[in-house]
Amino acid sequence: MGKHVLVIEDEPNIIEAISFILSRDGWQVDTHSNGGDAMDTVLSKRPDLVILDVMLPGRSGYDILTDLRNHHETAALPVLMLTARGQNKDRDMAERLGANRFMTKPFSNADVLDAVRDLVPQ
Amino acid sequence: MTGKPTPLFLERRSYRQRRVIDAARLLPVLGAVLFGLPLLWPRGAEDAVRTSSSILYVFGVWLILVCLAFVISRKVEDEGDGSTDTNDEGRP
Amino acid sequence: MTASMNLLVAVCLGYVALLFLVAFVAERAALRGRGGWLRSPVVYTLSLSIYCTAWTFYGAVGYAARSGLEYLTIYLGPTLVMIGWWWGLRKLVRIGRTQRVTSVADLISSRYGKSTLLAVFVTLIAVIGTTPYIALQLQSVTASFASIAQADPNAASLDDNRNIALWVAAGLALFTILFGTRNLDANERHHGVVMAIAVEAVVKLAALMAVGVFVVWGLGGGLGETLARIDASARGQWQVDGARWAGLTFLAAAAFLTLPRMFQVLVVENEDEGHLRTASWAFPLYLMLISLFVVPIAVVGLEIMPAGSNPDQFVLTVPLSQGQNTLAMLSFLGGFSSATSMVIVASIALATMVSNHIVMPIWLRLTGGGAVISGDVRHVVILSRRVSIAAVLGFGYLYYRLSGGGAALAAIGLISFAGVAQFLPALLGGILWRGATRTGALVGLSLGFVLWVWCLLLPSFGTGVVISESVMAAGPWGIGWLRPYALFGLSGVDPLVHAIVWTMLFNAGGFTLASLISFPTPLERLQGAQFVNVFQHSGRTQNWAGDTAQSEDLMVMAQRILGPAQSQALFQEEARRQGLVGYLPEPSPDFLARLERELSGSVGAATAHAMVGQIMGAATVSVDDLLAVADETAQMMEYSSQLEAKSEELTRTARQLRAANEKLTQLSVQKDAFLSQISHELRTPMTSIRAFSEILRDGGALDAETRAKYADIIHGEAIRLTRLLDDLLDLSVLENGQVNLNLRTGVLAEVIDHAVAATGVENGPLRLVRDRQAEEVMLETDLDRLAQVFINLIANARKYCDAAAPRLTVSVQVRNGRLMIDFVDNGTGIPRAAQALVFEKFSRVSDQNAGGAGLGLAICREIMARLDGSITYLPGQGGAAFRVTLPVAQRVAAQ
Repeated sequence: MGKHVLVIEDEPNIIEAISFILSRDGWQVDTHSNGGDAMDTVLSKRPDLVILDVMLPGRSGYDILTDLRNHHETAALPVLMLTARGQNKDRDMAERLGANRFMTKPFSNADVLDAVRDLVPQ
Repeated sequence: MTGKPTPLFLERRSYRQRRVIDAARLLPVLGAVLFGLPLLWPRGAEDAVRTSSSILYVFGVWLILVCLAFVISRKVEDEGDGSTDTNDEGRP
Repeated sequence: MTASMNLLVAVCLGYVALLFLVAFVAERAALRGRGGWLRSPVVYTLSLSIYCTAWTFYGAVGYAARSGLEYLTIYLGPTLVMIGWWWGLRKLVRIGRTQRVTSVADLISSRYGKSTLLAVFVTLIAVIGTTPYIALQLQSVTASFASIAQADPNAASLDDNRNIALWVAAGLALFTILFGTRNLDANERHHGVVMAIAVEAVVKLAALMAVGVFVVWGLGGGLGETLARIDASARGQWQVDGARWAGLTFLAAAAFLTLPRMFQVLVVENEDEGHLRTASWAFPLYLMLISLFVVPIAVVGLEIMPAGSNPDQFVLTVPLSQGQNTLAMLSFLGGFSSATSMVIVASIALATMVSNHIVMPIWLRLTGGGAVISGDVRHVVILSRRVSIAAVLGFGYLYYRLSGGGAALAAIGLISFAGVAQFLPALLGGILWRGATRTGALVGLSLGFVLWVWCLLLPSFGTGVVISESVMAAGPWGIGWLRPYALFGLSGVDPLVHAIVWTMLFNAGGFTLASLISFPTPLERLQGAQFVNVFQHSGRTQNWAGDTAQSEDLMVMAQRILGPAQSQALFQEEARRQGLVGYLPEPSPDFLARLERELSGSVGAATAHAMVGQIMGAATVSVDDLLAVADETAQMMEYSSQLEAKSEELTRTARQLRAANEKLTQLSVQKDAFLSQISHELRTPMTSIRAFSEILRDGGALDAETRAKYADIIHGEAIRLTRLLDDLLDLSVLENGQVNLNLRTGVLAEVIDHAVAATGVENGPLRLVRDRQAEEVMLETDLDRLAQVFINLIANARKYCDAAAPRLTVSVQVRNGRLMIDFVDNGTGIPRAAQALVFEKFSRVSDQNAGGAGLGLAICREIMARLDGSITYLPGQGGAAFRVTLPVAQRVAAQ
């Protein structure tokens, strides 16, 4: 049984793509598309890795990341951040808030897969 | 004593400066009074003042005024206005 | 050596040549900026000596011979004014410098709201008062020639003295025109002239003292002996009338401030306020020295000269009678210097006034004035000055010819003093009292002037010349209390004192009373505040609100008056100061005030104000000015204003910097946000495209259906990308205003039909509610663009309306001359906080992602702005509601 990945992303097509790539590699993928209640989903689904978009309706990826890091159950949860705003300050922000990896859209499928494999010890 | 209380009086230099300006203001008044004195002199027949004395008086006063004006002009500083000038002339 | 006429003429010409040289060298030095020595306080003090005219040089001795020590009053008055410089002169000079005052008329006109009427009035009084005085100088030069000619047996008979007067007048006109109108410098300083009169001041003092020393030690037998002679003479006792002593001292003091020529040297030619400090004691000293030997010369002259000789010529005739020809020559040059220096400065001062306040305004009016005048005005100004100088001297000469010289002229000195002394209340009131008004000044001046003419000027021509004997004795129409020498029954008083009392009483009284009851214009109040509080506000004249002025017009005008180089430099400097590039600064109030001051140096305050006013669009005083007046008053009540002005300046600068910085930061933030948004909007579809194309490329176990689905996604995202780019381009075109509107006529209903069809809502769940009757409105606008807006609004409703049975109501109405089309749906609408942002780029109407880039409404807003309409969010309609407004002018009723 593959490990469990939660994709928090609002673009349906990107969700579909990431789900496909990860499922094909044997990961179990859950998705969530709203920022507001993302935290609840994380706590209920208990994933091994979260792939988190920055620009989300309701609550931004950075806020969610902060919440994750502040919660004792998720403080060490590996997080891969995705953003479409390819600016350095976004990367800095993500790193400062404790993201384990930061990737800019558009990404190559192989890179995402590598990153996920890297972040979750098999 | 420690600390510096706000001075109640102006520092010496600006105090001097204000008094010099007072003097500059008073000088023409003094001049007018002194030059006005001949108005009181008796005229006419016997007891009239001799012209030589009048000349000596008027020119003497004149010379004194020039000297005082000279001294004052040396003492008045360039920008004597500022705070001293606000009460220069009262506002209507 | 005999005092030959030929030698005299030679010396005279040589002296004149020397003066020309001195003036020339001084001008050159000043031009090359090496005139440091020109600006010494000594030169300033000496230039003041034009107060001592030929009337002093020759007349004082005559005066003393006739009336004893009374002549001293003429010098004691100015002495008191000078040693009292802290009271009035200091302020006068400061005002003159900060306001670029060109003459006493300019000062008074400028103080009382830049009134042209006052300027003309003051100028006329000055001309009437000064012309006889100039005639007096010409007469004295002629008389001194005659005195020397009498002593020269070889001289051709010189009965045509008038030729001499004519030559002197012509020579003086030449000198004055050459050095008095050489340049049209904004600060109106004439280094050459000032230097020449300084030299003349030395010559006349030296000459008079030399004669005095000769008389006391050469003829009088030493100091004690001379004093004894004085006491033994007919003037041996103090016999001065008290009223005359006080009255004349006051009159001389007043005239010292108000004589146009004195104002010229005291205020206009002043280089440095510090010079006043030296002059405050040095000039009284000069006056003392020049009057020192007057009585001895008079007494000795009376003793040794034959009975009946003219005491007015003793300064010259006493040395001549003793064979002291060289001394006599020096004395002649002293008298010549006194006469010429006075005439030169007086004619410059008068010419400036006549030119600025009479000739230029008339000329400007005749030619339309302001910016519409063509060509360079400078030559007109200079020409007008030159003509004025020639005219002033011409008048002087004419007056001399007509009066025939003689005693009538001799009396004119004091009468002239009394005439110009009429400026005193307006002048002093103007600089000391903020409540003084233009009406007050006019009333005071008029009363003073009329009384002066009636009580002094007309009677001075001699009884029976202008005023008949019966009028002098019984008053006009037999009204006794109107007798010129016994006005209001005040008889038995010396005529001069009588006139001083009444003119000053009525002048000052009328001035005060009229000022108290009249109300000043805002400009008067502003100028009043600036004059009276000159020490607190040096250099701040805010007269214009600069929004409407056009810098270019101002530039055109300034070039004509100041010359291209100077005005370009002025404008460029100001532009740089404002942080702009090029030659055209913003017409800020500060700049306009400064420009006006510069111009007023050439054409006077009233004219400069009128010229700027013409360009500024006539409004003389704006609300801002009124506020400035109010502000000023408030400030002065609370603070020591100079500090305040400085800190205010700093605060203002800091505020400007902060505003500029905020704007830059904001722009930068906006730019960053925009780029970041664009990046996001482009990368999002790219991400799907890349991911799915990689999946397809990798091949693997994909069924045909999935492959087709993924290809579909790629296709959809590519279209989304294209649409985004189209929208961006569209927005950019709209924002830059490069869009070409395709104006056509059509019916509103058809445009909405077209939009509905394009969005395809008819097949979806969204129900449209329309009122076709109301939509039958004819439009003339860009129908395609309007349809684009409608499409956006309908598409938004379809996408975002979250009601169970979505409905969009389109209603049309005309209100307040505008056509309004409302699109209201029955969804939850847009949250209040987001309403302000819906029209911003990349703002999404809802959290739901519906594939739009967030540019639609921004584009709609731009389109409606281009169509002279608007699109707004209509709150409180129960759902999302947008109102599209078009001007009714663009529609034509269909029926």
